[in-house]
Amino acid sequence: MAKAPASRLPAILLESAPQITADWIARLNALPGQKISVSELENQCDSIVKKLIEACRDGTLAQIDGPSFAPLREILADLSRRRAIEGFSPTETATFILSLKQPLFARLRSALAAEPDRLVAETVTSGELIDGLSLFMMEGHQRVREEVIIRQQTEIAELSTPVVKLWQGILALPLIGTLDSARTQVGMENLLDSIVRYETDIAIIDITGVPTVDTLVAQHLLKTVAAARLMGADCIISGIRPQIAQTMVHLGVELNVVSKANLSDAFALALRRVGKMVVNRRRAEPAEAV
Amino acid sequence: MDRIPILKLGEALLVTIQVDMHDRLAMALEEDLTTQIVQHTAKGVLIDISALEIVDSFIGRTLANIAMIAKVLDADTVVVGMRPAVAITLVELGLSLPGVRTALNAERGMAMIRNRIERADLNLRDEEEGGH
Repeated sequence: MAKAPASRLPAILLESAPQITADWIARLNALPGQKISVSELENQCDSIVKKLIEACRDGTLAQIDGPSFAPLREILADLSRRRAIEGFSPTETATFILSLKQPLFARLRSALAAEPDRLVAETVTSGELIDGLSLFMMEGHQRVREEVIIRQQTEIAELSTPVVKLWQGILALPLIGTLDSARTQVGMENLLDSIVRYETDIAIIDITGVPTVDTLVAQHLLKTVAAARLMGADCIISGIRPQIAQTMVHLGVELNVVSKANLSDAFALALRRVGKMVVNRRRAEPAEAV
Repeated sequence: MDRIPILKLGEALLVTIQVDMHDRLAMALEEDLTTQIVQHTAKGVLIDISALEIVDSFIGRTLANIAMIAKVLDADTVVVGMRPAVAITLVELGLSLPGVRTALNAERGMAMIRNRIERADLNLRDEEEGGH
C-alpha cells in the first residue's frame, strides 16, 4: 500500500460526505432499540464525519493515534463516555462506529469501480481505519466502566471502616470482612484522622467481624497500632475469635499489643485507662433526684 | 544557617518544628539539643512536630537518635502532634520509634514530662528520708 499518490479516501469522503452521513444515520435508525433521539444522532454522526474528513486530509490513514486524529478522538471519547454512563452495551457502542463501514464501502465501490485493485486496497485501508476507531471507542467504554467500579470500591471501602466514638477520648474501629492492604489503608487513615479530630487517648480495634487473620492481616493491624502509638494514642485489639486465636498461634503470628477477648472488656480497660469508672446507681435513690 | 529554636520551660526544653526539615537542619537540632540538655540539666524534651508534613527515613532516625541521646543524659523525650500521614509514612519505613514517647498534643506531652519530673522528685525524697 506504500505505492501511488496516497489514498483517495479523503477525496471520496470529502465529495460524498452528506450521502455517507445520511446512509449512516439511516443504518443506525434501522437498528433495533435506539436509545437516543434522531436529532441527537444526526448531530453526532455529522460531527464525526466532519472530523474524520479533517483528520484524513493531512494525516496518515489508519494511524488513529496521530495528532491529526486528536479532535476526532476527543469526540469519540466523549461519546463513548456518555454512552457508557447512559447504559449502552459494549456491542451497541461498537456497532455505532462499525455501521459507518457499509456506507463508506458503497461510496468507494461506486467511485473506484474501474480500478478493482485500487478498490480492494482502499477497502482494506478504510476497514482498518473504522476498526481502529471502534476499538478506540470500546476502550473508552471499558474505561468508564472501570472508573465506576473503582469508585464503588473506594466507596465500599470507606463505608466498611467506620470509626465510632465510644466515650470522650475512646474510639472504636469495628472491622468487618476480609482485610486486604487497600482496606486496611483506608481504615488506618480513618482511624488516625479521627484520633486527631477527637483527641483520642485509646483506640479499640475490634476484629469480631474479620473471618480470617493470617500473617499479612496481622502485619496490617500491627502497622495501624504502631502508627497510632506514634501519634500518642494507645491501641487495644478486641474480638479475636477462638478459632482465629488458635490459627494465629499455629501460624506463629504474634500480636505484641494489648488484646481482649471482646469489645466490652476492651472498653472497660479503656475506661479505666482514661480514669473513668462504671458504678451501679444506688437503688434507694429515686430517679428524679439524680 | 537556619536553626530551630529551643526554648527552656522550667526543667523541660521545648522544640517546635515549624519548617520543613532537611538533613542538615535535623543534624543541627540534634547537636543544639544535646548541648542545651547538658547546659540546663533538662529533665524532659518536648518536640512538637504538628507542622511537619514530610518526613523521610533520615528525619525519623534523627528523632530516634535524639530520644536515645536524651535518655543517656537523663531526660525524657516526648514527640507530640504527629500527623496521620507522617505516622503512616514512618511505620511504612519500618521506623516505629520504639524508644520515643508520644502524645497527641503539646499540652498532654507537657503533662507527661511534668508527671515524670514530679515522680522523680518524689522518689528522691523517699530515698533521702529512707537514708536518715
